Amino acid sequence: MASWLDYTINGLIVGNVYALVAVGLALIFGVSRLINFAQGSIYLVGAYIGWVAVVQLHTPLPLTIIVVAVAAAIVGLIIERFGLRPLQNSVRIAPLLATIGISFVLDQLVMLTFSPNPRALPSQLPDVRFQVGNGTIGPLDLLIAGVGITSALLLFVFLRYTKLGWAVRATAQDRDAAMQMGVDVNRVNQAVFGIAAALGGVSGMLVGMYYNQIDTAMSLQATLKGVVAEVVGGAGNVPGAVVGSLLLGLVESYGVAVFGTSYRNLFAFLLLVVVLVLRPNGLFASARQAPPEPLTGTFIAPSRPVRIPRWASVLAVGGFAILPLLPVSFYVLQTLINAWLLGMLALSLTLVAGTVGQVSLGHAALLAIGAYTAALLSLTFSVPVGLAIIGGGLMSAALGTLLISPSFRLRGHYVSIATLAIGEIVSLVILNWESVTRGPIGISGIPPLSLFGYDLISPSSVYWFSLAVMVVLALLQGRLLTSHLGRSFRAIRDDDIAARAYGLSLNRYKSLAFIFGGFAAGVSGGIAAHLYSYINHETFNTQQSILALTVVILGGLGNVVGAVLGSVALVGLPEVFRIAAEYRILIYGIVLLLLVRFRPQGLLGTI
Amino acid sequence: MTNSSMEPLLALSDVNTFYGQAQVHFDLSISVPRGHIVCLLGGNASGKSTTMKIILGLVKPRSGDVTFDGASLIGLTTPQIVRRGIASVPEARRLFADMSVRENILMGAFVRNDRDVVAQDLDRMLTLFPKLGQRLSQRAGSLSGGEQQMVAMARALMSRPRMIVMDEPTMGLSPLYVDRVLELIRTINQDGVSVFMVEQNASLALEIAHEAYVLQTGKIVLSGPARTLKDDARIRDAYLGGSEAA
Repeated sequence: MASWLDYTINGLIVGNVYALVAVGLALIFGVSRLINFAQGSIYLVGAYIGWVAVVQLHTPLPLTIIVVAVAAAIVGLIIERFGLRPLQNSVRIAPLLATIGISFVLDQLVMLTFSPNPRALPSQLPDVRFQVGNGTIGPLDLLIAGVGITSALLLFVFLRYTKLGWAVRATAQDRDAAMQMGVDVNRVNQAVFGIAAALGGVSGMLVGMYYNQIDTAMSLQATLKGVVAEVVGGAGNVPGAVVGSLLLGLVESYGVAVFGTSYRNLFAFLLLVVVLVLRPNGLFASARQAPPEPLTGTFIAPSRPVRIPRWASVLAVGGFAILPLLPVSFYVLQTLINAWLLGMLALSLTLVAGTVGQVSLGHAALLAIGAYTAALLSLTFSVPVGLAIIGGGLMSAALGTLLISPSFRLRGHYVSIATLAIGEIVSLVILNWESVTRGPIGISGIPPLSLFGYDLISPSSVYWFSLAVMVVLALLQGRLLTSHLGRSFRAIRDDDIAARAYGLSLNRYKSLAFIFGGFAAGVSGGIAAHLYSYINHETFNTQQSILALTVVILGGLGNVVGAVLGSVALVGLPEVFRIAAEYRILIYGIVLLLLVRFRPQGLLGTI
Repeated sequence: MTNSSMEPLLALSDVNTFYGQAQVHFDLSISVPRGHIVCLLGGNASGKSTTMKIILGLVKPRSGDVTFDGASLIGLTTPQIVRRGIASVPEARRLFADMSVRENILMGAFVRNDRDVVAQDLDRMLTLFPKLGQRLSQRAGSLSGGEQQMVAMARALMSRPRMIVMDEPTMGLSPLYVDRVLELIRTINQDGVSVFMVEQNASLALEIAHEAYVLQTGKIVLSGPARTLKDDARIRDAYLGGSEAA
């Protein structure tokens, strides 16, 4: 039924939707050099406000658009005023983490208010299609195109002909100089967040009408797509963001035409990775632009770590080791097993993000690679479980490092974007590579943990096993940090240019960090697979990546003991307080926000 | 009223500034009388540029006071200070590279709301800086260093300031433009604008300044009328000889 013209129209319409998100991201990046990971949440909020307006208040379409734009703008202003402005003088990583925290809080609030079930957002336009050549176009397509073009024009007029617009442009080019002209940078930030949020909210509403469905998963997808479009167009480049969005829409639409719907996102992220690697300044950046983010030593806060005496660590490990001998419930052991598994992931992330300064947002992909490898090894090739888990660790180390290696030249925010995209790619490949991964069905019947022929089925044996593995990994990592290698890692984090000038090969050291970190995460995934006995492409999702990041920030970046302590705290405390599962992510988001604001060095301090 | 005309336009008194643990200024006191050109001399890392930042509110001093026209500037934000009548020509000019020359100059009038008069002032700038007339629609980043300096000065004048602070206005310019810039500073001053400038090039600065201060690792070591300082042996040894050799 669909012709090439249809795919083109669809690509351009979807591109328009992306543009509304990406333009906001570009404005914000221009003014504050910040990638706003909460942009997708505003889009989500916009969609649900649209639903309330249409379904419950029965507003006519023009009023719906205005209501959504205004309400979303207010959310944007609140985010700017209370979430980001207090962080103005913090280290560069703080606002980035804050937007991640804000996005989790907003998404969860929407989910708790409206339930996670999808809802229908009826289009308020007649359902007719007009024949155009050999394709068709509907009134909603025209509306989306109209909103996109009108917004672009309004934005152009704003930036070009209004005083505040000039202030926005001047601030984007030189913040200090703009202040010396009398520009109030806080007002500029407000304006930009308000505009970005209004556009994002309207975009979410239009998408809801386009697919006649809204759900909370929209948020992350929108952020990702917006970021892809923005980076393709060149971060901070507003017209570039529009072109990048249309290009992304077309690439996806043609990709779907040729390969099928489940490949849509794969194309988006592949496009992102290709652009990041080949043209990190975007397709339209001219050579005069400085390389992105020359931030040396300012991305992560230096601090004095809290010294934990050796006897205290030994005592703590000993205490946890004898726990199963005491009369504790299965439930406690089960909780702590989860903490140990998360601890391994956190060890991995704290090395990569904290010690080497590569803030990875796709770390769960390493779990997935380890889990699938271990599961397939023991199921398909009847490899003993112990070896299969080690195999999972090795595969994560190798494949993870290989996947991330093209992004080694990136810094700061761009590393986070690249890792996020690579994480999504891994999950999409798992979903689509059915012959190996069994696709959406997942892998079931994974044999239970066993060691040297003995099945580890009782909770205490699983507990001891995972605790032992984690302790060994932590000891290795602690040893690593005090070695010459550890010093080199920190040198790269603190000033990669100086490190390079001293002859350190960045690629080699980043590879080593990802190999070690990949192994730890892969082992954790492998153990998890045998413990759960069933895994699919969603078992290890972005939420886990963010949870691990929160753990790492909580413990103190780069801090081995902190990573373990953070895992126990974040897994254990919600259990202790019996917090219902649906509130947990909300709590994690709030914890992340509070940490960034009040204790950016974490509980035990950055090492 | 006689009192207020005697009182300096800008005064820094006993300013102490720190970057973290490191102290940058030690009891710094400087005053700029109305209608004068005052020059702050000093080598690298003497705290000159930080003095500019203190005046503009970009850096907060730990103690001491900065007054402009009798009122303290401490606690004001940079935009508020600009609105009081201080314009700046920042170090290395800091133009808005991707905006046109015209837009850059007009950005200088950001704090003003009298559109018609601003348009007249723009014409006035073009008579003061005739070269910029042909460059109005060009990207500011594409101009030469000397032309950029002209834009930066025009931009500063557009706010109709009572005082302009300049950070090394002759740095990196060709000798031809150095003379031109000094001449312009003199012209601007004759139109009634007080000037506070930070310079490394002592011989040039002392040519046009009324008073000068010499800053060394955060302390004023010498000050007085420019004419006397020019002949001061310490200045000659420390700066004039050095700058001529360079």
